[in-house]
Amino acid sequence: MLAAIVSFAWTPFDHTSLNIPNKLQAPNGTHWLGTDHFGRDMFSMIMVGARTSITVAFVAVGIGLGLGVPLGLWATARQGGWTDEIIMRGNDLIFAFPSLVIAILITAVFGPGAVNAIIAIGIFNIPVFARVTGGGALQLWTREFILAARVAGKGAIRISIEHILPNLANLLIVQATIQFSLGILAEAALSYVGLGAQPPTPSWGRMLADAQTLVSIAPHMALVPGFSIILTVLGLNLLGDGLRDLLDPKLQQVQK
Amino acid sequence: MLRYTLKRLLSLLISLAIASLVIFATIEVAPGDPAFFMLGINAQEDTLAALRVELGLDKSKPQRYWAWITGMIHGDFGTSYQYRTPISGMISARLWVSLPLALYALVISVLIAFPVGIYAATKRGKKGDLIVMGATQFGLAIPNFWFAMMLVLIFAINLRWFSAGGFTSWDKGVFSALKSLTLPALALALPQAAILARVMRSALLDVLSEDFIRTARAKGLSRRQTLQYHGLRNAMIPVLTILGLQLSFLLAGGIIIEQVFYLPGLGRLIFQSISARDLIVVESVTMLLVFAVIIINFIIDLAYAIVDPRLRARS
Repeated sequence: MLAAIVSFAWTPFDHTSLNIPNKLQAPNGTHWLGTDHFGRDMFSMIMVGARTSITVAFVAVGIGLGLGVPLGLWATARQGGWTDEIIMRGNDLIFAFPSLVIAILITAVFGPGAVNAIIAIGIFNIPVFARVTGGGALQLWTREFILAARVAGKGAIRISIEHILPNLANLLIVQATIQFSLGILAEAALSYVGLGAQPPTPSWGRMLADAQTLVSIAPHMALVPGFSIILTVLGLNLLGDGLRDLLDPKLQQVQK
Repeated sequence: MLRYTLKRLLSLLISLAIASLVIFATIEVAPGDPAFFMLGINAQEDTLAALRVELGLDKSKPQRYWAWITGMIHGDFGTSYQYRTPISGMISARLWVSLPLALYALVISVLIAFPVGIYAATKRGKKGDLIVMGATQFGLAIPNFWFAMMLVLIFAINLRWFSAGGFTSWDKGVFSALKSLTLPALALALPQAAILARVMRSALLDVLSEDFIRTARAKGLSRRQTLQYHGLRNAMIPVLTILGLQLSFLLAGGIIIEQVFYLPGLGRLIFQSISARDLIVVESVTMLLVFAVIIINFIIDLAYAIVDPRLRARS
């Protein structure tokens, strides 16, 4: 995360500048993480690549939150009605799709690129958030304070926004962290097969694809982006677990 | 049970119908005229028109959708724009790579995850449990295609135990075919094993805190017997769910791994067709994969109802 922010202001080398004589250098004093087959500085590429990964994953989570949460709230507000049924069936349907295959289909038809990758990953975040919201909201609707709000004359939609949503915030933050790390993995997979961000935009997945044929002579080319992905995803997963423990009062009671 | 099955079957059919519509519509809006693509830029207008008729492109969209769907039900997946051969033949040859790969990976995943998950559950909170849980966190974070590259680097390039890619066909002997699938299956299986081990552990911990486990211990069963006869059996329901999800993931996730190892499976077929803009192949193979996933989910749903009678009663 830090690397991505810093990369806007400063990178040790220009990530697009080719320097063929210095190609395939192992990590050293000048090039901290070595250079690739065009002599580009790996450290700079990782920093700018972080920007790509984080943007794609972030916007994809945004799509999921922006569409999934209202759908989940709406379905539970109209509980038992036909809107509830349609939304939840639609959810099951998207869940049944192999997400990777559809992401590949979308990027194949509409052309590879970061924007289409965002859409492809984002679509599959919608049912996840709708389900988490729906499940959480269902329990909240049976609580007394919601009944009190109903008695006070508030409509279902107003209750959803004023009372249900704030109480779901914790749940959604945790889920967003998890989807964020899954998004980074998905972006890496898509750009690895050439359907994500296009050159010269560096992305971790494509750096790995470049590394594949050279892995025996320059292993650092595969190791560096690989560990970047693993550390980022690992960090996000642990953050998600930590937030869950911190924000979930039920778990806290168990620990006491 | 019959009512439950019928209800599930209906939702299966609706899912398939919507899925096929979505895929058809996506391919429909793709830019480019297949006939123009096949004949190249120097094609005459009348030959183009003739080819369009031959491919059925002159018909209306609903007609073409109907022809596509009824064709697939009869096992006719259409004809490749690029090779002019029936797609069903191309698919069946490649299924013999993709399907064994997915099953092989599933077996490896189960063989690793079950013992590891059970071990972690029995050592809850102790050192062994912490080590296992830490290792599975890593497993969750590793992209499988990167792991595949590392396997190639270690076992194919440095140790030379396996070849770095390609597939030895089944008629050259089952052993050598399996050998060429071993690294890809490992790469697919390990991250999945991490998930499965975590599910196994938490499912087992849930069950072990139940009253009937205490009863079983109280009536004199050893820890081991309790685990075997009462713990594992009841922990299997959540584990089965994940297992089913994993089989469909392995089938679809194989796409990327096939790319790493140059395996001639369905995944490579999709990518080759994408780059050749042979979209009818992409359409049919995608539909086949979606079909497989939906069927697997359907079977899991039925398996639940058999394992857990409460579900039957509810519907």
